[in-house]
Parts: sequence; structure tokens; C-alpha cells
Amino acid sequence: MIKRIFIPILVFNAAMLWAGVSFAQPLVSSTQLIDRAGGYDGQVVTYAGEVIGDVMKRGDFAWVNINDGINAVGAWMSISLARHIGYSGSYKNIGDAVEVTGVFRRACPEHGGDLDIHAQSMRKVAPGRFAEPKINVDKRDQVFILLGVLGVVWILTMFARK
Amino acid sequence: MILKPLPEDFKIIGHYLGKVLLGLSFTLAVPIIIGIACREINPTFDFLITLEIGLILGLLLKKACYTEKDLSWMQGMLVVSLSWLMAMFFSAIPLYLSGHWKSYLDACFDTMSGFATTGLTLVQDLDHMSYAHNFWRHFIMFLGGQGIVIIALSFFVKGFSGAFKMYVGEARDERILPNVIHTSRFIWLVSFVYLVLGTLSLGIAGILNGMRVWNAFFHGACNFMAAFDTGGFSPQSQNILYYHSMPYEIITIVIMILGAINFKLHYHIWMGNRKEIIRNIETVALFIAIMLTFYITAMGLVRLNTYPSAVMLLRKGFYQLISAHTGTGFMTIYPNQFIFEWSPLAMAGLILAMGLGGAVCSTTGAIKMLRIGIIYKALKEDLKRIMLPEKAIVIEKFHHIKEIFLEDKQVRSALSITICYIGLYIFGALAGKFFGYPFLPALFESTSAAANVGLSCGITSPGMPAALKVIYIFQMWAGRLEFMSVFTILGFAVALIKGRR
Repeated sequence: MIKRIFIPILVFNAAMLWAGVSFAQPLVSSTQLIDRAGGYDGQVVTYAGEVIGDVMKRGDFAWVNINDGINAVGAWMSISLARHIGYSGSYKNIGDAVEVTGVFRRACPEHGGDLDIHAQSMRKVAPGRFAEPKINVDKRDQVFILLGVLGVVWILTMFARK
Repeated sequence: MILKPLPEDFKIIGHYLGKVLLGLSFTLAVPIIIGIACREINPTFDFLITLEIGLILGLLLKKACYTEKDLSWMQGMLVVSLSWLMAMFFSAIPLYLSGHWKSYLDACFDTMSGFATTGLTLVQDLDHMSYAHNFWRHFIMFLGGQGIVIIALSFFVKGFSGAFKMYVGEARDERILPNVIHTSRFIWLVSFVYLVLGTLSLGIAGILNGMRVWNAFFHGACNFMAAFDTGGFSPQSQNILYYHSMPYEIITIVIMILGAINFKLHYHIWMGNRKEIIRNIETVALFIAIMLTFYITAMGLVRLNTYPSAVMLLRKGFYQLISAHTGTGFMTIYPNQFIFEWSPLAMAGLILAMGLGGAVCSTTGAIKMLRIGIIYKALKEDLKRIMLPEKAIVIEKFHHIKEIFLEDKQVRSALSITICYIGLYIFGALAGKFFGYPFLPALFESTSAAANVGLSCGITSPGMPAALKVIYIFQMWAGRLEFMSVFTILGFAVALIKGRR
């Protein structure tokens, strides 16, 4: 399980590093956006991370939540941009690693004060994939061993005097 | 003279703890079914392992300590307080096995937070958690909200007297119907009716928000359990901000308020006595307290122009305030925004709201509105005594389902619990200060833990000192059980050391 969590993070970070070196775009982290929201308010920022949860379509636009490994930040984008998302992160999926560039709002007037990014462009840095974990053999064995112990205890307690 | 506990006392306590453990084990069937339905194999193993451990230990404990004796008050209280600790350690096993918690202590922190309907969390990578584990996080809030011991023992307890002692031990001192079993059944009926309605409302809102149908209803059920039981967990790491939806926020506000209302009041409303809403001392006090604390919070936010429009002020300021006052802990902002964007006055408004809480015999924590109302009435009575002639007879009444004359013992009880809560809030704040956090955030987090709220300004994180995690666990436990069971444990310990045979 530890591998399942950390390998995607490592792969994702490597992809982000590659994107940073290749295109030399200054990326901002979610921590920077949240902790220094006033400073970034109204500015065009580039934020990268893994798409998580549902891509929530609202008319001609969609909400896409993007997690950079620390926090997830909502990006409001047109359907034409959101259409490129193939996978979103969940238990069985590693979501697409994307990089969005757009206007950051500390308290978005259009969205009731949400801290968000109105995406102008989005680039897929690394595609997501189906990543169902393999069966954990140790856990399976433990289930059967404990089942045996439970059977013995149950029989013993049935015959034990009150 | 204090009497030393007899071996028979340990036997009775052990026997009932065994029953509680067996009852809790059966509740694991729900996440196991979800795990199988969603084809989540490893998570299903986690729950099967825990189920087997629970059944083995429960059977052994029940048989080794077999007795047919009924519980005394002291034993009942001890069973409750120890059961909550046992439930924490036991229910943390599948969470720890999932690999989403840094340590077993962190998993225990989250299970106590869930059972106590707090909502503070130390989970990591929540956005990749299995449905089975995620459901369990929310389900333990549902169990904790109704009272885990009563739920677990409803499988086994036949007599009423033992059940009532544990019902009281779980901070439910009001009987809605003549006996505890009927009262518990009514609480379950209310909870299930609202569960269906709430899940449907949130599920439909989720679909309209653009979520997939299964996800919309799964999130709906989880968020309902978190809102109605005033817990505060949510299936995604952004909490309610994930949905970016005003309808979703409005529905959760309604559910949070329903969860903060006395079950006795629910009963009378269901029976057609709707006037009770505007006459009951708790609802009146809750309304006034919400208005006052929102005024303070809004003043703080307006001063810094944190949210420039009225809509923003309501969706951010009012939402967090209702979440705080009902003891839920749902958030539509990030924890650090409290520190960087909210003024100390706005945070003070939230701390006050968290500290006051909702109604008694509901799923909220904190001091609670009935006690605040009684203290206010007592002050009013004292003022009248001073102002009126000495011979005047001063009588104060309050309306709580029926007209009740104010008595000294009610005032004493309300004041002593209030003092205990204030002491607990300050204790946690001083502990936070000791570990190097500024006083206001430390007080915020401490009040949130002790009042079983779950709002966080960023202190609660996997990296916080282990000792502070233990202190918050203690606060959540003591706050949820309203001290009585905790004092019983202390008394039992004293009796063990100093008692005479």
C-alpha cells in the first residue's frame, strides 16, 4: 500500500520536474497559493498536479480538482479543456498529471468566494492509468489463519461451562 | 470510606466489554459488503482481519468473565468509558492496515475523532482511498453519534436497567419515550428516515453538480452521516469545497442544523407539535447564539474585507459559523486560510460558537444550549432577587417540551459541566502553546477537539507532536462523554489504590 501511494507521487514529481526543466514555466504550489493567496490574487499562475475525483461539468464549463501532493485546488475550465482528461485519481486510478495556467482568485467573486483558478490553458504532463493494487498475499493468509483461530475459539467457548 | 473494587467488578466489566466488542465486530459487515461490491480486495481483507480479531477477543472476554449479574451505576459508567477507548483501538485496525495513516496512533486519532463526531483528521492521500475504508470513516461517526455502546449492546442486552446506565454514560440524559430501548429505537428511526432523505437530496445535488451517479450517492450518504451526526469528515481532501456548489452547501446546512436539534424536539415535531420549535429554550438560545456569534465573525471578516460581497460572506463566513456552532466541522475553505485571511476577531467568533454547541440529546458536543439557557435564567433570577423587595417571591421558569421551574440542582449541574468544558478548552490551548503554537490557533484547535467540532486552522496534521495527538484524543473522548464516565475511571483508579475491603 505504501508503494501504491508513494510510487505515483514519485512518478508525478519526476514528470513535474521534467515539465519545469523543459518549458521553464514557474510553477506555484498549493501551499504557496493558500498561504500567500493575497499576493497571487488576480495573477496568472501555472499550477500542476494530479486530477482527482469527478470532472464536474456545469454547462459549458467544468470543475476539475487538482492535487499537487499537499492540497487539491479547484480549476474552473471550459469543457473543451476538460475533455482532454482521461483519468482522474481514485483508489483504482492514477489521475492525469496536468499543468493549468490561469487566473488565480483568493476569493472568487463568480464562485461564492472559493479559492480557485480560472484555467486559460491546460497541458497533460503525464497520462493517468488504471492502477488496481495487486492482491496482498500476506493479508489473505492472515485472514485464513485468523479464521482457523476463530473456529477453535468458537468451538472451545461452545463447550466451556458457563 | 472508599471500597476497593472486588474481582466480581472486573468480571462484570470484562463481560460487557466482550459484548460491546462482539457488537462492534458485527458492524464491520457493512464495509465488508461495500468492499466486495466495489471489488476492493485488499480493503476487504483489512476488514475481515479486524472482524476476526474482534470476534476472537470478544468471545474470549465474554466467556472468561461470564456473569449473569446486572450492572451497577459505577460499572455501567466504566463499561461506557472503557468501551469508547476499546472501540478506538479496535476500529483503527482496518484504517492502519490501509496504509493511509502514518502510524497506528494517527489511525486511533481518526477513529476517536469519528466516534466522538469531531472530524479532525490525520489521514494522508485521502483522494486515493478505497470506498470501503472511506465509508468506514463516516460510518463510525454514525455509530458514535447514536452511542456506540447502546448500538453494540442492542444486540445482547435484554434487561432495561443496564441499558439505561450506559445510555446515561454516553451523555444522553434525556429519555424521549418511557424506556431506553424505545428511545434508542426512535433515535434510530429518526436517523434512518433522515439518512434516506439526506442521501437522496445530496445525491441528486451531486448529479446536478456533474458527479457520476454512484459517486454522487456514495458521497451523499457519507456527507449525510457526517452532517447529521455533526461529524465533519468528507470523502475528499478538500472537504465540502470539493463540490464548489451552493446547493450542496445549503443542503448540508439544513442537515447540520437537524443534527444539532434535540431528538426529543424531533419527536414532538414529528408528533405535530410544531410550536415547540419557537417555544423551546434550546432552539431560542441556539438562534440567539448563532446570530451573536455570526455578528462577531462577520465584523472580523468585514474589517479585513476578507469576503467583499454578501454572498461570499454567507457562503464562507456563515457556513463555517454554522459548521462550528452545530459541532460539525465541514469546511469550504482551507485550514490555513483561518490564519492568513481571517482576523483574530472572526476566529474568536468561531471559537465562541464551537464552545457553545447545539442541543442536549443531539449528536453535538460542547456546553450545549440547554445549559446556556439555564445559566441565563439563573442569572436573571438572581438579578430579580436583588432588584425586587426582599419579601417578593421570585420564581423562574423555562420551556423545554413542558414548563419547568428552575431549581438549584439544575443550575449547579449546568454550571459544573460548563466549567469542566471551559477547563478542557483552556487545558488543550495551554498544551498547544507548550508545543510552540501561538495561543489563538492553539485555543481554536483545542476548542474544536474538546467540543467535538472538527474545524482546523492547520495545527492538526500528521507532523504534529505525538503528545499533542494524545491530548486531543483525550479531549475528544472526555468532551463526547461529558466527563461523567471519565470521572468514574479516575474514581475507580483511586478506589483501586486507596480503597479498603
